[in-house]
Amino acid sequence: MTISVTINVNGQPETRDVEPRTLLVQFLREHLQLTGTHVGCDTSQCGACVVHVDGKSVKACTILAAQAQGAKVTTIEGLAQDGKLHPMQEAFREHHALQCGFCTPGMIMSAVDLAQRHPNPNEETVRHELEGNLCRCTGYHNIVKAVMAGAQAMRG
Amino acid sequence: MTNQGIGQPVRRKEDFRFITGQGHYTDDINRPGQLYAYFLRSPHAFAKIKSISTDAARKMPGVVAIYTGKDVAADKVGGLICGWTVKDKKGEPHKAPRHDIIAIDHVRHVGDQVAVVIGRSLGEARDAAEAIEVDYDVLTPVVDVVNALKPGAPEVHADAPGNLCYDWDFGDKAATEAAFAKAAHVTKIDLVNNRLSPNPMEPRSAIGEYEPGTDNTTVYTTSQNPHVIRLILCAFVFGLPEHKVRVIAPDVGGGFGSKIFNYAEETVCVWAARKLKKPVKWTSDRTEAFLTDAHGRDHVTHAELAMDKDGKFLGFRVDTKANMGAYLSTFASAVPTYLYALLLAGQYTTPAIYAEVKAVFTNTTPVDAYRGAGRPEATYVVERIVEAAARELKMDPAELRRRNFVPDNAFPYQTPVACVYDSGQYAKALDEALKMADYNGFKQRKAEAAKKGKLRGIGLCAYIEACGIAPSAVVGSLGAGVGLWESAQIRFNATGSVFVHTGSHSHGQGHETTFAQIVSDRLGVPLESVEVVHGDTALVPMGMGTYGSRSLAVGGSAIMRAADKIIDKGKKIAAHLMEASVDDVAYDKGVFSVKGTDKQVPMAQIAFTAYVPHNYPADLEPGLEASAFYDPANFTFPAGVHVAEVEIDSATGVTRVANWVAVDDFGKVINPMIVEGQVHGGIAQGIGQALLEGVVYDPKSGQLLTASFNDYCMPRADDLPSYKVGMIETPCPHNPLGVKGCGEAGAIAAPAALMNAITDALGTEKINMPATPQNVWNVIQSQNLAAAAE
Repeated sequence: MTISVTINVNGQPETRDVEPRTLLVQFLREHLQLTGTHVGCDTSQCGACVVHVDGKSVKACTILAAQAQGAKVTTIEGLAQDGKLHPMQEAFREHHALQCGFCTPGMIMSAVDLAQRHPNPNEETVRHELEGNLCRCTGYHNIVKAVMAGAQAMRG
Repeated sequence: MTNQGIGQPVRRKEDFRFITGQGHYTDDINRPGQLYAYFLRSPHAFAKIKSISTDAARKMPGVVAIYTGKDVAADKVGGLICGWTVKDKKGEPHKAPRHDIIAIDHVRHVGDQVAVVIGRSLGEARDAAEAIEVDYDVLTPVVDVVNALKPGAPEVHADAPGNLCYDWDFGDKAATEAAFAKAAHVTKIDLVNNRLSPNPMEPRSAIGEYEPGTDNTTVYTTSQNPHVIRLILCAFVFGLPEHKVRVIAPDVGGGFGSKIFNYAEETVCVWAARKLKKPVKWTSDRTEAFLTDAHGRDHVTHAELAMDKDGKFLGFRVDTKANMGAYLSTFASAVPTYLYALLLAGQYTTPAIYAEVKAVFTNTTPVDAYRGAGRPEATYVVERIVEAAARELKMDPAELRRRNFVPDNAFPYQTPVACVYDSGQYAKALDEALKMADYNGFKQRKAEAAKKGKLRGIGLCAYIEACGIAPSAVVGSLGAGVGLWESAQIRFNATGSVFVHTGSHSHGQGHETTFAQIVSDRLGVPLESVEVVHGDTALVPMGMGTYGSRSLAVGGSAIMRAADKIIDKGKKIAAHLMEASVDDVAYDKGVFSVKGTDKQVPMAQIAFTAYVPHNYPADLEPGLEASAFYDPANFTFPAGVHVAEVEIDSATGVTRVANWVAVDDFGKVINPMIVEGQVHGGIAQGIGQALLEGVVYDPKSGQLLTASFNDYCMPRADDLPSYKVGMIETPCPHNPLGVKGCGEAGAIAAPAALMNAITDALGTEKINMPATPQNVWNVIQSQNLAAAAE
């Protein structure tokens, strides 16, 4: 049995017939081939799959595709606009906030949401807010620096 | 050019694809017509398989095939191998019991493969696996080394009596006993080095693909060393010719050692793909990763340090029991032996050292190299006992270390445990670290903390590690089944851009940038014109991959050798173009010139001439490319000092890392930004080990109790501090770059530094890692009870 799901992904309406048990992250990765959203665990702990659903960060392994019916989803692939990197993406590169790159898409998506809610975050706020995103490479030191710099750049 | 070369914090070339979600990790790859593998795994730690019924499962929708160990055996597939043979005290080789890629008669740890379902979708394969009926005769397991060595313990393998893999020793026993006999003071310590799960954020994944038309097999896999995987699969597991097998390790999301090894799942994917003539894909979920990725550490150690009346170290003896898990993983045997005992001299002049190591089988996930591999365990023993000795002697721990350091003028320094330290400035690193940590101001900070009811402690760790394990002849004599050299190939294109092919593999280390910096600096090619190629056995020459902080010291040196060959050939072409003798041609930073004249030719013109050789030396081959293989003369020996400062809330047992200073000597640094990043990550894993992480098995059932991120405490952003990182530079004298290796240092240094700080705060050595709030609180309560009783 399949169901039809329509989600606006990165500005494009996308309709697919999927198994009802399909998770949003599977919809993105397997049905739309948007493989920038990663799966790093199966308990909604690691945050590698964070995307924005109607502007808020959501772990895409935590909701069914069907629950995102009609929603506007932004993935890491949709963050840069008109060929120009988002300030948070720039900040991650500038501050060496990534090594293997696997946690990076989810980390950046969480960071963008964080900066929208805390336009001028201090280190403590950033560390607390990133508690749901695991990184095994960087020790978070440079991620924290990047998020503060990215938030500042987003303020303009 | 100058802001892109050696020594510059160049922003990484690889980052654009990662920050835009365009990396290509194995699970991002899908092959036409691919099928999905799902493994049915043992729910028991130890059991005899009486029967397996797959009849109902085979009728489930989407099932293409179901295989058990008997199917694998019928195809005469070899088991997984251990590539390093350790000989025990009597000279007998270690016990390496057969390790089938799917269990045949026994399962020996929770998660052992029992059957594989190949389905048209992952969901269908998983559903079908639930319909497989396995009849087990459940046996009593043993999960820890102490119990596994007791007489009458359950035996994990019939051909490893007493669960003993080997009983090994190293060093001079008689000299060490003599040292203890004349000691004025002996410090003793008992330590547990807790078992860890490496947990790179990308779970393992593999795709096997077979093309009947060409008889070619392709394996996409999450590997740190694709050529090693090809060698093992071809020469030991399948008996396939290497030229018909291509292994691709694309973007790999972290490894930390756990992706060095040849695993059952990738092997099954290859076997099933060849059988079914369809691509077969498997991707681990996180629980499978906890169950099957090789774990790290898991040592139980007793150590004793003999000193004279002035605190000068006279002798050191160590007795370690190392858990190997249920099977001997690819390089497991080397970790608690040659990667451990050889580092027991630390930074000190201890003249006599003796180590005994028993490696033990248990009903747990195999244990193998994890970031540091043996060297963190050695450093933990050395640096915990040195700190404890200082406390017993009522001496400043920094002063006790200083008194015993190998002095700057003693290099090359032969230790009593085989290593020849090539270079170092141990006292300088210590002085710098103490300054950065405001060591002298600690007493005041401790007093201020006490006013707030907090226990403040400070701890040091002066670590040494051995990177770029080599030369091949030496490691071969110690039992390694492989050489430990590295390859490089530099290929110019006609228009002056360059491919650099390296046999090492980047899975976060930034080789695409660092190696490009080396080539840019040496050959005068703009950084953006250098493309580093790695991770595909069809594209790069045979190479040994990335582990043990070897890539720059060994792989980077190979690149330098290849660059030298390019320059040599370039000089011949330049001499012809400038109508000069080759001996009169000088080379510097991408420009060939005739000595004493203003004639010069840039590298780009040399490259073009080499490929469009209209005006060209008659006796010279066209083209501009060079290959080089580099087999180091010695290990490199990075060293440094970390200082940890903690504040413990005695009411809750929560430890806060208040300050962290690292001063490391990695020799010459190519990209300080990347090196600092490596240090940060290593420290985080070391703090994770000391404060948060620990694999826990239920001692009775052998169930893995920490099989998810809900149960295994990974360090998160709010668990960790920012770090103060300093560097000193003593170039490695025996490789062309003067580099030493930085990838593991943080993970090696951090656990001892942090536990020394915690034991300082608590006033007792008797606490094991991880120092969770519960563990710390229990120690505080027992001290309070003891104080109240007095």
